[in-house]
Amino acid sequence: MKVELPEITPDTALIAVGEGQFDFDVIVVGGGNAALCAAIRAAEAGASVAIFERAPKEYRGGNSRHTRNFRCMHGSPKGVLTDSYSEDEFYEDLLKVTKGNTDEELARLTIRESEACYEWMLEQGCYFQESLSGTLSLSRTNAFFLGGGKALVNAYYNRLESLGVAVFYQATVLDVVIRDREFDGVLVDLDGTQKYIRGRCVILASGGFEADKDWLASAWGDAARNFLIRGTPYNTGEILKGVLAGGADQVGDPTQCHAVAIDGRAPEYDGGIVTRVDCVPFSIVVNEEGRRFYDEGEDVWPKRYAIWGRLVAKQPNQVAYAIIDSKSKDLFMPTVFSATVTESLDDMAQQLGLPEDEFLATVQNFNAACQDGDFFPTELDGLRTIGLTPQKTNWARPIDTPPFYGYELRPGVTFTYLGFRVGHDAKVSFGGVPSKNVWAAGEIMAGSILGEGYLAGFGMTIGTVFGRLAGEGAGGYATTSA
Amino acid sequence: MQQPVLDEAKRQLAVCNACRYCEGFCAAFKAMTRYRAFDTETVVHMSNLCHNCQACYHSCQFTAPHEFDLNLPRALAAVRVESWESHVPFPRASKLFQSSPLVSLIAVLVVSALFWLIAEVPWISSDTFYDLIAHDTLVLIFSPVFVVPLLILFVGLLRYWRTVNGESITWSQLRESLRSAATLKNLDGGAGQGCNYEKEDRYSQARRWAHHATMYGFLLCFAATSVATVMHYGLDLVAPYPFLSLPKLLGVSGGLLLTVGTSKLIYLKTKANVLLEAPGRRGSDYGFITLLWFVSTTGLLLYWLGGTQLSSSMLILHLAGIACLFISIPFSKMVHGFFRMAALIREAQLRGV
Repeated sequence: MKVELPEITPDTALIAVGEGQFDFDVIVVGGGNAALCAAIRAAEAGASVAIFERAPKEYRGGNSRHTRNFRCMHGSPKGVLTDSYSEDEFYEDLLKVTKGNTDEELARLTIRESEACYEWMLEQGCYFQESLSGTLSLSRTNAFFLGGGKALVNAYYNRLESLGVAVFYQATVLDVVIRDREFDGVLVDLDGTQKYIRGRCVILASGGFEADKDWLASAWGDAARNFLIRGTPYNTGEILKGVLAGGADQVGDPTQCHAVAIDGRAPEYDGGIVTRVDCVPFSIVVNEEGRRFYDEGEDVWPKRYAIWGRLVAKQPNQVAYAIIDSKSKDLFMPTVFSATVTESLDDMAQQLGLPEDEFLATVQNFNAACQDGDFFPTELDGLRTIGLTPQKTNWARPIDTPPFYGYELRPGVTFTYLGFRVGHDAKVSFGGVPSKNVWAAGEIMAGSILGEGYLAGFGMTIGTVFGRLAGEGAGGYATTSA
Repeated sequence: MQQPVLDEAKRQLAVCNACRYCEGFCAAFKAMTRYRAFDTETVVHMSNLCHNCQACYHSCQFTAPHEFDLNLPRALAAVRVESWESHVPFPRASKLFQSSPLVSLIAVLVVSALFWLIAEVPWISSDTFYDLIAHDTLVLIFSPVFVVPLLILFVGLLRYWRTVNGESITWSQLRESLRSAATLKNLDGGAGQGCNYEKEDRYSQARRWAHHATMYGFLLCFAATSVATVMHYGLDLVAPYPFLSLPKLLGVSGGLLLTVGTSKLIYLKTKANVLLEAPGRRGSDYGFITLLWFVSTTGLLLYWLGGTQLSSSMLILHLAGIACLFISIPFSKMVHGFFRMAALIREAQLRGV
């Protein structure tokens, strides 16, 4: 739906639309999964809704466009989900990855609500597919979107169009005006023109701040300048920062971000899933001084990939190199960039720019510490080094069979944890008191539940559940206060 | 085959294979998971397996303006059309037919003129359906027009089969591929929601239904001709046939389906995004579909016009259309069905059916 807005400023807003007058019932800041779920629910409640998405249409959907599934509780086989996944098991899984850094009430609410999301998503025009090849371990717990997150986002935007929601692209919200816990309006840059738009209430769903390297650097130091951002360049966190400065209650701290080791040649932003490099468990990983720094075989890769971002971030110049030999070349998902391939280790050192003596000594010591034994790539095989520091505790096979393959690794930031502390109704609170008409959903409040670590597909679960809650709350508020 | 076209498809497939979010859409993406790298025969095979449903494009987070600049429907379509031309003999004829939609039109006019001339030549029997052009003359003209193009196509398919390392075909492979082709399984989007074509990122069944009408309409017309041939030679029953006869029932229903199906396909094509197809083929695609529409529509008109004066002109146009359609089989978009069938069979083999 195309809507023409009057050109006005915050000062003249009340004059322009009149006291007690509103441009929209519900204003949604952001255009990803949580924002879309919220807008759909609010519109279904009968509210007039506007979405302000900062990205152009081609890049709409924030980080949701890079996702592929959501984690879903279920009592019996449901659609593409096999077997069952109980509330308690789901919660146990969450406790393990967050090391208890969660809010049990909100977490259990999210988990219980996830079950109903499955059918609701189907009703919105989303389709699911069997779990992808190489992700069999997730077929019980995670429902994969057919075509991935962008297909899901497309379905939601199409649904919004049928519901008559006004969608503004390239619409940067510059300021959210909240006085005494009460929302008044947003100042928006629409194609270079600033407009003040009033609403009865607001839903903040504009993601985290991982794309703001200055903010990351304030917490991480200059190392953060070398980080790659796996998702959207539009998550720069201005709304989060502004509303927190206005007194909103905060969870998490800026040093917390989810970072994985990705291909060092990935684009600075938006490289998404394809930049992953899954060869680490079968490799030795050295820093640019040619030295190993961590046990590459500590656990199966799905349980360890998330720690490698931080490990690499702590190395000189935030770079590392994973080297395998031809024995391992087909044991992991294909990579988007081809490896550096050499017939000798000297050549590898040269081509990767590693100090040759140091690197060769590292490989030699590693090879000498490897033991005979059975190698099983898909399970913890206990094939470990002896007398080596750091040790490699599984899949330790000598790097000795050319050709050799080298991959550059850098930290790739997926999302940040710092956000709003919300209640079970998705309302933002100020000084412990819930706001009258400000809701939040998605990455901007996920830290309330996911204090640290990550559980595959849980970000989308939080976004869907809290997006729906926020939309229902805001839609109900707007239609009853009208 | 041109290396840049192959290289571009390989580049894009490497990105897709590191992502695989589209695995559930179609057979091409399922095939992808078997490979770590893509050699030429694999790319050629996958390009013919691709039905151009375009779902992967609309679901892709790496389409332009992203620097990965993925457009797999177009990249595979470019390989696909080249694979036809490089395997079918007489690539110049393919180039000619693909160059412009006018080629089909001009061909129909030229052949019509030829038929007119022939009709003027006095070896005519005067007491039957064939009073315009003698039956034997028709057979003399149409036998090579039927047989030679099919031979050329057959040679092309044999060459293709060698390229993709095809093996001897079993009944179960054939059965599965036929089922896939008969239902257009690979245009159903994987969850039965249809494909992306005329409505951008919204799914639709329109193209699948229009293609069904076209394909089954064509097959019914072909069946009508086959039955009539048997009746003529085997049973000594000579045309024209009454309405309640097999050739007429099959022909009229097939003609209606073909006319409706091709009209709808042309309409949908005007709505579809030209950038998701093989570069430079929109025109000749229109030419091909229009030729099919022309054949079916003149056939129906011929039936409605009955014995009026116009019917003789209509018969000439109709026969000229059929002749051109058959002559162009190995060189036009018509080959897509045959190569896709080959790809479906080969895919069944590779999946161990």
